[in-house]
Amino acid sequence: MRVTFTVNGRRHEADDVWEGESLLYVLRERMGLPGSKNACEQGECGSCTVRLDGEPVCACLVAAGQAEGREVVTVEGLAAYAKEREGSARTGDLAPVQQAFLDAGAVQCGFCTPGLLVAADELIERNPQPSDADIREALSGNLCRCTGYEKIMDAVRLAAARTDDGAPEVV
Amino acid sequence: MAPATGPTGTPTRLDEGAGTRAGVGDSPLRPDGTLKVTGDFAYSSDMWHEDMLWGCTLRSPHAHAEIRSIDTGEALRQPGVHAVLTFDDLPAATTHYGLEIQDTPVLAHGRVRHHGEPVALVAADHPETARRAAAKIKVEYEELPVVHDEASALGEGAPLLHPDRDDLPQGPPASSGPGGTPSAPHVPHPNIVHRQPIVRGDAEAAAGRADVIVTGEYEVGMQDQAFLGPESGLAVPAEDGGVDLYIATQWLHSDLRQIAPVLGLPEEKVRMTLSGVGGAFGGREDLSMQIHACLLALRTGKPVKIVYNRFESFFGHVHRHPATLWYEHGATRDGKLTHMRCRIVLDGGAYASASPAVVGNASSHAAGPYVVDDVDIEALALYTNNPPCGAMRGFGAVQACFAYEAQMDKLAAELDMDPVDFRQRNAMSRGSLMPTGQPVDAPAPVAELLRRVKARPLPMEAQWESVGGETDVRALPGGLSNTTHGEGVVRGVGYAVGIKNVCYSEGFDDYSTARVRLEVVGGEPVALVHTAMAEVGQGGITVHTQIARTELGVTQVTLHPADTRVGSAGSTSASRQTYMTGGAVKHVCELVREKVLRRGRELFGTHHPAWATAELLLEGGKVVTDGGEVLASLVDVLGEEAVEAEDEWRHRATAPFDLETGQGFGHVQYSFAAHRAVVEVDTELGLVKVVELACAQDVGKAMNPQAVVGQIHGGTTQGLGLAVMEEIVVDPAAKVRNPSFTDYLIPTIADTPTIPVDVLELADEHAPYGLRGAGEAPTLSSTPAVMAAIRAATGRALPRVPVRPEHIVEV
Repeated sequence: MRVTFTVNGRRHEADDVWEGESLLYVLRERMGLPGSKNACEQGECGSCTVRLDGEPVCACLVAAGQAEGREVVTVEGLAAYAKEREGSARTGDLAPVQQAFLDAGAVQCGFCTPGLLVAADELIERNPQPSDADIREALSGNLCRCTGYEKIMDAVRLAAARTDDGAPEVV
Repeated sequence: MAPATGPTGTPTRLDEGAGTRAGVGDSPLRPDGTLKVTGDFAYSSDMWHEDMLWGCTLRSPHAHAEIRSIDTGEALRQPGVHAVLTFDDLPAATTHYGLEIQDTPVLAHGRVRHHGEPVALVAADHPETARRAAAKIKVEYEELPVVHDEASALGEGAPLLHPDRDDLPQGPPASSGPGGTPSAPHVPHPNIVHRQPIVRGDAEAAAGRADVIVTGEYEVGMQDQAFLGPESGLAVPAEDGGVDLYIATQWLHSDLRQIAPVLGLPEEKVRMTLSGVGGAFGGREDLSMQIHACLLALRTGKPVKIVYNRFESFFGHVHRHPATLWYEHGATRDGKLTHMRCRIVLDGGAYASASPAVVGNASSHAAGPYVVDDVDIEALALYTNNPPCGAMRGFGAVQACFAYEAQMDKLAAELDMDPVDFRQRNAMSRGSLMPTGQPVDAPAPVAELLRRVKARPLPMEAQWESVGGETDVRALPGGLSNTTHGEGVVRGVGYAVGIKNVCYSEGFDDYSTARVRLEVVGGEPVALVHTAMAEVGQGGITVHTQIARTELGVTQVTLHPADTRVGSAGSTSASRQTYMTGGAVKHVCELVREKVLRRGRELFGTHHPAWATAELLLEGGKVVTDGGEVLASLVDVLGEEAVEAEDEWRHRATAPFDLETGQGFGHVQYSFAAHRAVVEVDTELGLVKVVELACAQDVGKAMNPQAVVGQIHGGTTQGLGLAVMEEIVVDPAAKVRNPSFTDYLIPTIADTPTIPVDVLELADEHAPYGLRGAGEAPTLSSTPAVMAAIRAATGRALPRVPVRPEHIVEV
């Protein structure tokens, strides 16, 4: 079958898609967007988290056909997505969560990072000043095996603080 | 044969440094960090090639069976299938591989020895086509009785896992073992992979001096590394009949040594490049899909990608050895240890993997960081039909630490002493002897680490009660399951401390190689660092840029992708890479510096007497005297020339343990960490909430403070997982019951507490910059600290990890 949907603001099309293929597979293997990760392909680890019409979903559990005609945002489009949301207030090439993950040391192997970034960005969009308990609840579907989550907590707090201030600080 | 275009996702050079001078002791951003947060960093599973095929592995549904026949005909006839391979298709005389003992068949031959063992391979134009074709391969099995524990492995008439094992020493056997097979002190039975006794002093006599004696039998379940990036890679056949392999591994050259003979190729025709690695933790020491992808690529003449899913990943790598540990300790009334005796039985599963080294580690660390002169230790690993076990963070020392720390608490209770005070009275310090007789010849701040975690203020009680009197169930055991609002919840506090060796041991020739080139690019001096070190997330590449800046006085550092075009870096394991490849980069930078200074003396020596007389340094892009006087800029000294050096670098030599007494200078360095755990337990439901898990660790020198704290957080959390949730459940038929993240649970952000970290920096003068390998020690003491806290809250003995609700409430 053919599927057509929008990814990061651009219309993408894939032909000869087998009906069993997931959105994750089509993004990674047919559209040249391997940023979303394939750590479990069982909907348990969150590393493939993308926005589907704004909702965070595990792309591995969405059949590619279900994305037909819809809007997908992946980690590759996160900076542009955040920039559009925040208007011209922001400078820099990265979304606040991306910069905060770097600055806080929240990235080790980085395999969980794309999914966590999409989920954390959605959290801050919805709840600009999350408490620690809010952060832990919102990100409890995203497994990380390297960091023990401490620096991920730091990163999300930092991103929220910077977003709340209107513009990222230069560190 | 070879494809016309190249693959996408090949690693590129990482240019770092414009605008930073961050050297040793600073925390610059990761060189790969930006790529990782934008999704542009290519992991091995992201590799892609225009006309690539997908490989799939057919695995055994049985733990132990004879293979009567394999019929691949129907699978081969499926449209889209390009190849189906079995053992009979292997191209070379070498058909087995292994880290220490080459006992693992590339594909099963006549017999499968564990659930999930690879039997056949398929290459097809779509992963689903490959999977469906694999399901059409007809394998006729005849099940055999399984060996699944010590009793069944060593009992009368036990089936032998490897009846023809040829890893035993040459010459007349010490005695004749079962079935007429040779036996040696380290292999008293053919179903024992390796055994290591350690005897020092006279434990029997010392036991007579004890006022109290405590014993215990402890059990550790099978933990999985659960790295997030599943096994994957891309093999591309080359014009010269060789193959280019893009792979996630912990040690490129160890893989190469095992891969090339099976392919029937010389090593130079197997060119390996490290792709992005999604974590490792020991689980990538052994080969997984490397040979399989190469075989399919060479057979089909097309690039072949293999990517395991999580289910297959649980079968695709070895796990932490489950263990049964029997311990006896004695102490005098005034709280001094008299002796210890222990017996540690590790389940190595069907193939040897790293079992011999794990046994060496379990035995030599069995007494923990305590002074005890009279010891009688035995550790061994079994061959069984359970999943193969090998390296995982902590490597034998984790299992021992869980047991000896439980023993310390038992002794303290028996003597009515504070558990920290009791540990401090017996704590090892610089100069103390290991059970192996080896002196600990570097700082060993065991008592101080315990003091620090104990001195920390305790976290607030009843954190679930918010200011407005509302209950936040997220702070309670059971969390959003809303199982309690505080009723039945009891707090407990527990302590533990551990000791872990650093680098490879027992006489292994452990080295790393670095190549460093200094040249002027765009008017700036730039250092190019090339090593084969596997960056698996730990941040070794960041440290390499820091070392190059510190040693060569440059800001710009370029990192060459890790590959087999440079000499071996050794494994990214045993907490060794900052020590070893960091040490190699430092050493080679020093060689480059000497060459630069020689060149400077030739060019400008007559301009200033200090060229001949002063101690010269490279700083801020200049040659300066130790008094700070600038003699020349690096740009002027280098001119158009590139200065390059490459060398191997070794740590001081170790020696094997004596096979009968275990005595020997076996380890290079020791690393210490202590934890205090604060838990809240719902004593009615057996649910545990870890509230805080504080760690103090001596890292010798914090090369990159942010990264080393990240290692301590991560190690601590894996220890927490072993304590309360993580176990691969293997049933009595030796089948794995929970190969998924639905059923094998690792800590989420909601399960993980705050982890305050206190870093000590007591230099080890034997090590580069005084550093101490840091990655593993925090994994050891985390588990027993959590368990001590749960015991304190519940009053139960809890001799097994992971602990389950039914152990706590004893239904």
